[in-house]
Amino acid sequence: MKDVLAELERRREIARKGGGTTRIEAQHRRGKLTARERIEVFLDQGSFEEFDMFVEHRSTDFGMEKTKIAGDGVVTGWGTVNGRTVFVFAKDFTVFGGSLSEAHAEKVIKVQEMALKNRAPIIGFYDAGGARIQEGVAALGGYAEIFQRNVLASGVIPQISVIMGPCAGGDVYSPAMTDFIFMVRDTSYMFVTGPDVVKTVTNETVTAEELGGASIHTTKSSIADGAYDNDVEALLQMRRLIDFLPASNTGELPEIDCAQPATGNDPSLDLLIPDNANKPYDIKELILKTCDEGDFFEIQASFARNIVTGFGRVEGRTVGFVANQPMVLAGVLDSDASRKAARFVRFCDCFNIPIVTFVDVPGFLPGTAQEYGGLIKHGAKLLFAYAEATVPKITLITRKAFGGAYDVMASKHLRGDINYAWPTAQIAVMGAKGAVEIIYRKDIDDAEKIAAHTKGYEDRFLSPFVAAERGYVDEVIMPHSTRRRVARALRMLRNKDLQNPWKKHDNIPL
Amino acid sequence: MFKKILIANRGEIACRVIKTARRMGIATVAVYSDADRRALHVEMADEAVHIGPAPAAESYLVAEKIIEACRATGAEAVHPGYGFLSERASFCEELEKQGIVFIGPKPKAIRAMGDKIESKKFAAAAKVSTVPGYLGIIEDGDHAERIAAEIGYPVMIKASAGGGGKGMRIAWSKAEVREGFERARSEAKSSFGDDRVFIEKFVVEPRHIEIQVLGDAHGNAIYLGERECSIQRRNQKVAEEAPSPFLDEKTRAAMGEQAVALAKAVDYQSAGTVEFIVDKDRNFYFLEMNTRLQVEHPVTELVTGLDLVELMIRVAAGEKLPLRQPDVKLNGWAVESRLYAEDPYRNFLPSIGRLTRYRPPAEGRHGGATVRNDTGVTEGSEISMYYDPMLAKLCTWAPTRLEAIDAMSDALDGFVVGGIEHNIPFLSALMQHPRWREGRLSTGFIAEEYPEGFHPREPDEEEKAIVAAIAVAVELIRRDRLDRLPGRLAPHSGKLKSDWSVRIGDDYLPVELTSGSISVPLRIELAVAGGKPVTVASDWRPGEIVWRGTVSERKVTAQLYDILNGVRVAWRGLAVTARAMLPATAELDRLMPVKAPPDTSKLLLCPMPGLVVSVAVSEGQEIKAGETLAIVEAMKMENVLRAERDLTVSKINVRKGDSLAVDAVIMEFA
Repeated sequence: MKDVLAELERRREIARKGGGTTRIEAQHRRGKLTARERIEVFLDQGSFEEFDMFVEHRSTDFGMEKTKIAGDGVVTGWGTVNGRTVFVFAKDFTVFGGSLSEAHAEKVIKVQEMALKNRAPIIGFYDAGGARIQEGVAALGGYAEIFQRNVLASGVIPQISVIMGPCAGGDVYSPAMTDFIFMVRDTSYMFVTGPDVVKTVTNETVTAEELGGASIHTTKSSIADGAYDNDVEALLQMRRLIDFLPASNTGELPEIDCAQPATGNDPSLDLLIPDNANKPYDIKELILKTCDEGDFFEIQASFARNIVTGFGRVEGRTVGFVANQPMVLAGVLDSDASRKAARFVRFCDCFNIPIVTFVDVPGFLPGTAQEYGGLIKHGAKLLFAYAEATVPKITLITRKAFGGAYDVMASKHLRGDINYAWPTAQIAVMGAKGAVEIIYRKDIDDAEKIAAHTKGYEDRFLSPFVAAERGYVDEVIMPHSTRRRVARALRMLRNKDLQNPWKKHDNIPL
Repeated sequence: MFKKILIANRGEIACRVIKTARRMGIATVAVYSDADRRALHVEMADEAVHIGPAPAAESYLVAEKIIEACRATGAEAVHPGYGFLSERASFCEELEKQGIVFIGPKPKAIRAMGDKIESKKFAAAAKVSTVPGYLGIIEDGDHAERIAAEIGYPVMIKASAGGGGKGMRIAWSKAEVREGFERARSEAKSSFGDDRVFIEKFVVEPRHIEIQVLGDAHGNAIYLGERECSIQRRNQKVAEEAPSPFLDEKTRAAMGEQAVALAKAVDYQSAGTVEFIVDKDRNFYFLEMNTRLQVEHPVTELVTGLDLVELMIRVAAGEKLPLRQPDVKLNGWAVESRLYAEDPYRNFLPSIGRLTRYRPPAEGRHGGATVRNDTGVTEGSEISMYYDPMLAKLCTWAPTRLEAIDAMSDALDGFVVGGIEHNIPFLSALMQHPRWREGRLSTGFIAEEYPEGFHPREPDEEEKAIVAAIAVAVELIRRDRLDRLPGRLAPHSGKLKSDWSVRIGDDYLPVELTSGSISVPLRIELAVAGGKPVTVASDWRPGEIVWRGTVSERKVTAQLYDILNGVRVAWRGLAVTARAMLPATAELDRLMPVKAPPDTSKLLLCPMPGLVVSVAVSEGQEIKAGETLAIVEAMKMENVLRAERDLTVSKINVRKGDSLAVDAVIMEFA
């Protein structure tokens, strides 16, 4: 008996070493942690339960039968984050470069299925060289099996991917189908085809970092939702993200004790909107002063900064914030901003996270670049996302809500539950200058008349009251009361029950 | 007594005057420019009158607009505060003509003392000791060089109409005289609309000590002791105190009597200040007389128990001074810190923007000390480029100097300012500085003690241990809440751990929770870095910026700012990042690569938001270290950006008149 126990320990010891001490040291030299170290930092200490530690590949081609390493390039299992169950898999770069074999894929599939069956989030740590070429089509099949399960789990459990090393070829598509992708700066990159292939096919010379580094994917491509300076920083932040998320689409919203009462006023918000309507202000200040303790987890902070998305809490419960950012492009809606916000709104709706929208939008961005780029359909995505969402929706118009963008930004007409406006709100088809030039075209050469018309238009339409008279705004509120009013509205909406008509699924304009 | 007065000023001084007027039952009228529509002084006053666009030259400096505002509101008198029209004799005369009382000295006195050259002649006549210098207008650079050579270096070049450090330059050489003259003249013109400058001997190792005087219309004049204002940066006062730690009774009386003699000589009928330079042997020289209420008057009020604004108003209304010289008693010690919107780590360059956070410490008695905060801003106020960047004057009073300084340290530690950069870290560091605490001051203090500029201090071992203890105390409270999240596995495995490792800089300090349970208020024992367990107690709750508590019996008031996976602790001028981790995580954290910040050595970055006044170089030009590259104006101060080493300009990204954000790339070097 004792021998058998010793044998288990011996085999575990070997498996835990992965690709061996030399490769582990090489991994550390590159500034990266190993798969097991990543899991250790991410999960509660001592909570990790590993599956399939002794799985090996079954390939016999190209002499592969001579090199087998327990675990086969991926560490899988489950554990807890602050006591709540999370399933994990971590590619082990020290074993066959983390490449995907049939057996490797089966391990991933197992945790995917367990996560879905048990309704708990799943997170993947990527650091891998793509398909194991020696396995041929078996590896491709493995990928597709993983993709299929990503899709089935989508909208049921939160799926998160963290790119912590190379991630190329088949490996990129599983993260692409998860809810969030995060990257580690300087040590991670992801692309479908690498610099060598790019050079051969298009003759472009490009580095891995330029092609798919964290800065590209967080600012240009919008593939990644955020980036961190190193593995530990990223992993600890993933714990923070998990704390915001429900375990599944039927799980309850996580609620923590709120140390900051939502009963007081914040007079500084009465001074947030500048005197001059063309002067920007930072909408994040409003978010930070509305959510609990100024704790805000921003999603896609570096991309389409004209709209802000992210998670906060109000009275201890998770809320998704969407806000036009007047500091960037005057907060205009363009294709990028629409896509970014649409995806965030849909995530919140999937997981029953109430949405608080702060509106200060001068309209959609005009121009050939936008129109050729498909602004109509990209803008429609956000419109669609807000319109289909059945979660509690609270909207606050702080300043401009012009034209179609007014409709899009969680307006009353899109089943906004509570639509507030500050007294500084201007809800209109367009700004005064443009409107007057159209309505009073005949007076266009008479500066005096135009000035009078402009004044008239401003007085009548550039206020929240025309909309309030029609009930499009439920109430005009004092800025200082915003947190209190939003918190009360969210309490009132806790039992909101709204269903869309049955459908197989909708057909969002992709 | 007046029924209604107008305050021809803005900011903290307008608010301060309104407070006293209200207490006296006098109605108040504020004036405001476009930039001040929503300012605190407007809100506090009973009435407010708009007087024009943001630039002071088109609003606060326009006498006719003030007079018009008086007429429109029926204000019987005008308190000018300091700066703006406070020392403009023509303004007083115009008011007099209109039958409006100027709460300040008579025009004759202002004229005599307001001009720095005239005042020296007057002082000399009144047998007040004066500094050697050239009491005439400097015509041009050649003239400046000649005069400087006659007086002997170093010399001080000053705007005749100047004050507050603007239009003032010290020159140690011929070259500096020429440049200093040009700069002083151009600043004098832009700030005061008067480009006359003069030159005098610059006293080395001087202390700036000034006497507060008070006169009435009945021929009485007294002095209210002195203030020492030696802590200056670029001739701008930063911290002041009353009394001076340097003066003995004899010198105090001698200076006081000279000051009163001067006041009487000009028939001074208000509060005024006679400034002296005092050398290391307690020889004192008359510098100038400020015929207005000084910025730093609160320290005098705190040690005399008088309200100078009230006395000014009473004297202006024709009342006799209610006290005589023997009635003036100096009690205890008062210190003032000027909080500026400026970045101490970037050579104190102005910082503008919205005050997203502004939470001053509570005023009033705290133990044996008194805290007073004169301010003109509130949370949400906009700090604009148009006016003086002073946010507040924080004062503390206590029976002794060191107690007052310690009270100031505590008050600064609890003073929350966000959204802009501010000099609290510097003021805090100053309060800890041994030379300041010993009172060994000179106007060169800051330049001598911080020759390379002000940089964040590294915490010592004791401070690190305190920061580590706070970081763990905070982490424990945060984790404790997460241990009550719904949907946890039972038995839960995420229980609080008692062993921690706190990363501070490159150090990892082990911290062990030895006893106590986690609740608010918190009272636990922590052993830091293997030391004896110490008690940490605090009623801090998540979301609060100020952490008040005790660590090992030591009272600590620190500010906490969230950073990724940790906190930045601001305390006693320190800014320390601390990340509390489980020891196993810390072991792996040590493996993480150190990332070098991006190389900006080949760029000239705009050090503060401002306007490009001129670009002195062209692309391709070779520049020697120290030569001027560009001039950027912010807060009415021209900042000359010089080459730090020999270099070649490869690209220029800005043009004259451009408005730049902080860190905008002005030019690139090869």
